[in-house]
Amino acid sequence: MQIHIPTPLRAFTDKQATVSVEAATVTDALTALTTAFPAMQQHLFTPEGKLRSFVNVYLNDEDVRYLPAGEATATTANDELTIIPSIAGGSAFCCPCCCL
Amino acid sequence: MSLTITQALYDQLRAHGEETYPNECCGIMLGTADEQNLTVSHLLRAGNTRTDSAHNRYHIAPQELIAAQREGRKLGLDIVGFYHSHPDHPAQWSPTDFAEAHWFGCAYVITSVDGDKTTGTAQITNSFLLTGTTEEDKAFATQALEIA
Repeated sequence: MQIHIPTPLRAFTDKQATVSVEAATVTDALTALTTAFPAMQQHLFTPEGKLRSFVNVYLNDEDVRYLPAGEATATTANDELTIIPSIAGGSAFCCPCCCL
Repeated sequence: MSLTITQALYDQLRAHGEETYPNECCGIMLGTADEQNLTVSHLLRAGNTRTDSAHNRYHIAPQELIAAQREGRKLGLDIVGFYHSHPDHPAQWSPTDFAEAHWFGCAYVITSVDGDKTTGTAQITNSFLLTGTTEEDKAFATQALEIA
């Protein structure tokens, strides 16, 4: 399957915009990605191993967080995984309790 | 690193801020990047999902970002930045903008729009480059905005 890498993370995939991996689940795909490109680990996951809150992972057009099986969702070779950091902001003051 | 944009696109992103006033507008910039410059060649308007506080917050749905990334692939372009407006607020990044900025190496363009809470006029437009590589060392750097 293919994993689409967003612009800011391509510095850690040898500038590749798309990485091909063999994976049976979303977790497998992300593990394959971070195994091939270890620097991706800290950008995608917290030290506790959870996806960072601002990192969205979509399996085709579905947010993995909202799939019934989450990251354990099965994948096929024709699936596409897209990693997309969130984009937000605004003129409002933001406190750590609501922004982080 | 500077940001280059055509006069027509520059006018479009400023006009977007006037249209959504007194709420914030937001959009995605597609283009190309090299060591010296980010060049914008397409603007994609985005919906602001923060309808609960649209006058001072914005958020672009991930689905729109994915669609933009797909569009970029078709055109041979990348997402090189984003734009939004600050109604009745300076064209400077806010603590909220900084906390929620995660696209390293991309431009964050902000336009101040001043008005009477009914209609607004675009004032100053600034661009800030998100530098660094992690949440710990990231910073906004003012970048030259070149109108081609």
